[in-house]
Amino acid sequence: MTNESASRKVIVPGEVIVKGKEYLPGEGTEKKGEEIVAMRFGLVEEVDRIVKVIPLSGVYQPRRGNVVIGKVEMVTFNGWVLNIGAADTGFLSLMEVPRFVNKDAMDEVMSIGDMVVAKIWAINQRGIDLSLKQKGLGVIDEGMIMKINSNKVPRVIGKEGSMIKLIKDETGCNITVGQNGLIWVQGKNVEDELFAKRAILFVEEKSYLHGLTDELTKWFKENKK
Amino acid sequence: MTTKEFKRNDGRKPMELRPIKAKVGVVPNADGSAMYQSGDTIAIAAVYGPKQMHPQHSQNPEKGTLRCTYIMNSFSVSERAKMGPNRRSQEISKITEWALEPVLMLKDYPSQVIDVHVNIIQADGGTRCAGINAASMALAHAGIPMKSLVTSVSCGKLDKTLVLDINGYEDSKFDEGEGSTDIPISVTKDGSLTHMQLDGKISVDQLKEAVQAAREACKEIYDVQKEALKKSVGGEK
Amino acid sequence: METPRINGERIRRYLSEGKRFDGRKMDEFRNIQIELGISKKAEGSARVRIGKTEVIVGIKMDVGEPYPDSQDKGNLVTSAELLPLSSPRIELGKPGFDSIEMGRIIDRCIRESKFINFEKLCIKEGEKVWNVFVDIYSINDDGNLLDAAGIAAIAALKSAKMPGYNEATGKADYEKHAGKIPLSDDFPISITFHKIGDNFIVDPTREEEDFSETRVTIGSLKGTIASMQKGETEVITFEDLSKLLELVGKVYKDVAKEVEKQVK
Repeated sequence: MTNESASRKVIVPGEVIVKGKEYLPGEGTEKKGEEIVAMRFGLVEEVDRIVKVIPLSGVYQPRRGNVVIGKVEMVTFNGWVLNIGAADTGFLSLMEVPRFVNKDAMDEVMSIGDMVVAKIWAINQRGIDLSLKQKGLGVIDEGMIMKINSNKVPRVIGKEGSMIKLIKDETGCNITVGQNGLIWVQGKNVEDELFAKRAILFVEEKSYLHGLTDELTKWFKENKK
Repeated sequence: MTTKEFKRNDGRKPMELRPIKAKVGVVPNADGSAMYQSGDTIAIAAVYGPKQMHPQHSQNPEKGTLRCTYIMNSFSVSERAKMGPNRRSQEISKITEWALEPVLMLKDYPSQVIDVHVNIIQADGGTRCAGINAASMALAHAGIPMKSLVTSVSCGKLDKTLVLDINGYEDSKFDEGEGSTDIPISVTKDGSLTHMQLDGKISVDQLKEAVQAAREACKEIYDVQKEALKKSVGGEK
Repeated sequence: METPRINGERIRRYLSEGKRFDGRKMDEFRNIQIELGISKKAEGSARVRIGKTEVIVGIKMDVGEPYPDSQDKGNLVTSAELLPLSSPRIELGKPGFDSIEMGRIIDRCIRESKFINFEKLCIKEGEKVWNVFVDIYSINDDGNLLDAAGIAAIAALKSAKMPGYNEATGKADYEKHAGKIPLSDDFPISITFHKIGDNFIVDPTREEEDFSETRVTIGSLKGTIASMQKGETEVITFEDLSKLLELVGKVYKDVAKEVEKQVK
């Protein structure tokens, strides 16, 4: 099988992707004899004979360094527990807030139900540790939150951020894309925010297409506010 | 094999499967979902997770839990079934877990749970097989790492004739000669048996022959499952 | 995850300008799709989709004894099960209050509207009558399961065929059909209004329903009301009530038109 024909092919678990000693198993695959077998449903990608499966679906898998959007679910004596749409919750310690917080006044920083942009700085046995110590992180006070499948996030951001830049430029909204699929949209008015939301949902729905940036440019032409 | 042509009540040949339909993405809220239909039996399955197991005391810190719930709708059978779980549905829920767990890597999800909800919308025999087929597709659709899809079908014997994919009439009403034997099995792609049951009476030789036939039939069903998953990518509803 | 609070602010603000996120009017339903005969063993069945919300209903009938206070009438039993399959928010286990309330609201709407002619469901006074079971299952919750359940129940009843009656056994014969269930032409529809801020809307999406402060469900016929239920704790004024009673006629007309179009 050549590189071209193997790549971008949809594969199901247990299916043989390629055969040949020269291939190495990447993420979402395993090697069985000379065969590389898919371990999950997704698209095949092959780079330098490393074969992997890019997932199309599934619950968000947290990774160190990811910026995510979460919801405060619980306040503890030394921090906050956030639902970040993953199998485990995230913990934001008082120490990870970039200013001094009095333990008696934690509500002044954030309270249950608040939405927060945070960064995953560690994943270990105890769970997922979050931080606000970076520019652009903190409690969300305005705008709206939308959700897409986290596996489609790379498409919404685009190569070097090209896709999300196009959406920001066309809609005039500030947009923060969490790697967990939660997206914060804030514009001058509700119409602009809803317009941005529709554009993002268009990208999510058409994520399988090649030349998606061109498709989106066309969509903006056809769907002018 | 019997030489005389055996007539089934729905006109099928002994080794013929009922028409199959399969589709993924039937429950938009779920992390993964699928419908599997064999003749007049229709099952849908939805997967949620992996997610945190509640209550906490049910958590297993060694490995994740696969939790299947099989529900047969009250109106899916002639005599209305009571709503809610019963002994039969609880056993089939467990059977479904056993059929699917071997292909999952639950060690990767300590303290977590993967919920699989199976709902039988219309029942005409082979509902557990249809449920397992739908559930296996739904798990794949939910992006859960799996060694293989699981494919399920029933084989069996009507009087003296070996048959595949027993329908509701054949399962519960057929009473000619030796009567009916129902043998639902589930297999992985490389041919491991993950589930098997048998109700009825059959010789050892015939049983061996019947399960081989079922194994072959599973290849046909596997292709339908695979195609349904592949078709779901690329703008189709 | 429940819809974030800040989205609620946006929804309320937009509603105060008379607008909804998906461009609908306050009293407008999403696209309603009705599919009949989705389960062959049922006497009647329907799948109703309102936007992405989906509910299935099956009608089963059997022969039973009449209740002591209605010796010459058939019986109606309506039950609902909100399946964990249909939403990540529904927990495994016994049906919760929402399931119970849904069953009761739809039951009263069908019963009190006199949609079913229960006298005609009497086989032998004091001894044998038909039981009609309306069983509701949720498949996907994207808001307004309650009204979807009501529409599906009416569609399933309208399309149902009664089983035969076997004199010898005194039981239903499911191999035979004995015509339609005796129904009146004037059919009820259960319509729920949700109050968000100072506004009332119908057919909320999941996101809108999360910010519903109170709801009023009206089982309505052409020009008459058969059942009502105000749910949740927030109060409404008598002026609000009058407004809803004026609005319900128009919404009834819109939805009834869809039912008539799709249920032959």
